[in-house]
Amino acid sequence: MKAIKKLVLGSALATLAMASTAMADTTLNALFMSQAAYSEDDIKSMTAQFEAANPGVKVSLEFVPYEALHDKIIAAAGAGDDGYDVVLFDVIWPAEFATGGFLTDVSDRIPAEYTDEVFEGAWTTVEYEGKRYGMPWILDTKYLFYNTEILAEAGISQPPKTWTELMTQARQIKEKGLVEYPLVWSWSQSEAMICDFTTLTAANDGKFFDAGEPAFTTGGARDAVAFMKATLDEGLTNPASREYFEEDVRRVFSNGEAAFALNWTYMNALANDPKESKVAGKVKVVSAPGVEGKSTASSVNGSMGLGIPANSPHADEAWAYISFLTQKDIQDDYAKLSLPIWKASYSEPKVMEGQEDLIAAARESIAVMYPRPLVPSYTEVSDILQKNIHKVLLNQTSADEALEAAAERVKRIR
Amino acid sequence: MLGRRQKQEKWMLLAPAMFVLALITMVPLANTLWLSFTDTRITAIAAPVHFIGLENYIYALTDPDFQAALYRTLYFTIVSVGLEGVLGIAVAVLLNQPFRGRLVLRALIILPWAVPTIVNAVAWRLIYQPDYGALNSLLYQLGLISDYRSWIGDPSTAMNMVILADVWKNFPLVAYVALAALQTVPDDLLKAAAIEGASPWKRFRSITLPWIAGPLLVVMVLRTIEAFRVFDIIYVMTSGGPADSTKTASFFIYQEYFNYLRSGSGASYAVLVAGISAVLILVYYSAAKRQAAGGTA
Repeated sequence: MKAIKKLVLGSALATLAMASTAMADTTLNALFMSQAAYSEDDIKSMTAQFEAANPGVKVSLEFVPYEALHDKIIAAAGAGDDGYDVVLFDVIWPAEFATGGFLTDVSDRIPAEYTDEVFEGAWTTVEYEGKRYGMPWILDTKYLFYNTEILAEAGISQPPKTWTELMTQARQIKEKGLVEYPLVWSWSQSEAMICDFTTLTAANDGKFFDAGEPAFTTGGARDAVAFMKATLDEGLTNPASREYFEEDVRRVFSNGEAAFALNWTYMNALANDPKESKVAGKVKVVSAPGVEGKSTASSVNGSMGLGIPANSPHADEAWAYISFLTQKDIQDDYAKLSLPIWKASYSEPKVMEGQEDLIAAARESIAVMYPRPLVPSYTEVSDILQKNIHKVLLNQTSADEALEAAAERVKRIR
Repeated sequence: MLGRRQKQEKWMLLAPAMFVLALITMVPLANTLWLSFTDTRITAIAAPVHFIGLENYIYALTDPDFQAALYRTLYFTIVSVGLEGVLGIAVAVLLNQPFRGRLVLRALIILPWAVPTIVNAVAWRLIYQPDYGALNSLLYQLGLISDYRSWIGDPSTAMNMVILADVWKNFPLVAYVALAALQTVPDDLLKAAAIEGASPWKRFRSITLPWIAGPLLVVMVLRTIEAFRVFDIIYVMTSGGPADSTKTASFFIYQEYFNYLRSGSGASYAVLVAGISAVLILVYYSAAKRQAAGGTA
């Protein structure tokens, strides 16, 4: 009996020793994006804090544009031990990554009490069929930013509550000649456009799929496309929006060339930073508007999570790093460019300070976050929608024809 | 002729090189061919693979989007290689003339070709930028346009704008090969023709061009193959947009593989594109043969 105990104790100690030697000389390869949300500097300084708290563990950071993130994760799956240990992934990928076995199921690593402490919308970012494939990290959605000076000059006292009201205000601003194009969006043929489209679809109480069949040809989704087109036709939307990404939207808005812009959280801090913006101090943010009788606000779930690729040989260290980055204290310290996933953070003075309007908008927006279709073939569905909606915006076809064509093409997906 | 032993020796000496060549070209090729008849998907876990015969090919050939992508690729290839040929020869003829600063100019002209494609693509994207791009600024100041406009955001101009960027990058290669060939054209032949009263155009058409046709053909074949599989410049400049107007066949294959993870289906698209390139190359070769057979006519 004693011998067995000794043996057990001995092997436990040996495991512990092995674990700590593994912990002692590990370099984690982590993949992030250099676009919206936390800046490279933020991530570097969080990582430095982690390294200081975990001697022996080094993190090698790689930053890529959002557009390259998906392919990098896929391509590295074949790299064996030399792949990534931690990857940032988008809310639209867990279905695909889970079915393809790209990410490690971490459901058991997440403490049970987190479920209630973190927002529901954040959890959808990492969940597929009841399992969790990472920890949510960036809780983001698109907000409506407005230039207080332009609105005041146009005699507008309140930002719009509905999209119709937004159009009316934009018309007023255009008529007074305050800016040529009051609205600017990220409507290039890209995921960025789908995020705006989803926001508008949510506002119009639309649906993408109904019982597995495309449902975007009628109702709210169709109204969303029609709205986008109408703002272009009336000259309210900057026509160059059709080739803009989020960073272009930020630039145009920060130059004072637009009265309204839809963009992620990160623009709030940057558009109010005199080094980055000509309109610093004149920028306010609210939830994206709703549609009368259908919604009071609208919001797209644009969150992102951190996961461990299936081929990582350092899952434990990777999880330690992920836990560090996603903990409430760290998130509260870096709450300018990306907001925390923790409910309690939204009443923390250090999170609210200086961005009270953003926090108020976030409370409203997070409650109504609308997901993009949660299907394994999402990437292809999105590409099809991007192409066809883009055709409408470029006057090549009507909204009805384009969405009909998209639905036909979606049905052909294998 | 070689004796039996010498023949054996020849094969033995060739064997290592052929083995390596087979390993790096034939194996992937055979693998791609096999993939194209299966429903393989890119996954990180073992997934069952089924042989599905011609299904991928039927899907590909009945896919209107792929057909459109093929036409676009053909358009890109013909226009960009055509322009590179004309521009390349013209520049080569110029650089073959004696003038002050010729050496400097000869060195400068290779610069675009030395720039990596990605850098070139990013630079041109900035030039075409709708709000502060150099092209708009130039045309506006020359009075050729009255308003700043979008270049690669407009489906009617996007493809041609990408072609322009590609031509700028690649014409120096044609120019250099042509320039090298031009230096072998016998001067006395040209002088004799001039004395006989042949116009400069006639001299170029009947003596110079046939003389440099061989090397020119090689570089044109090279450029055609490259142009037909164009990917990087498109990826960086337009990502296939707007409204798919610059989505070429290679971009299509890339999407099928890496975005939609259907490696089986992607392989069938790749085989089709490789087949078309092979046909293009054959056309060039038969043209080259006819040229060689017909002499300098």
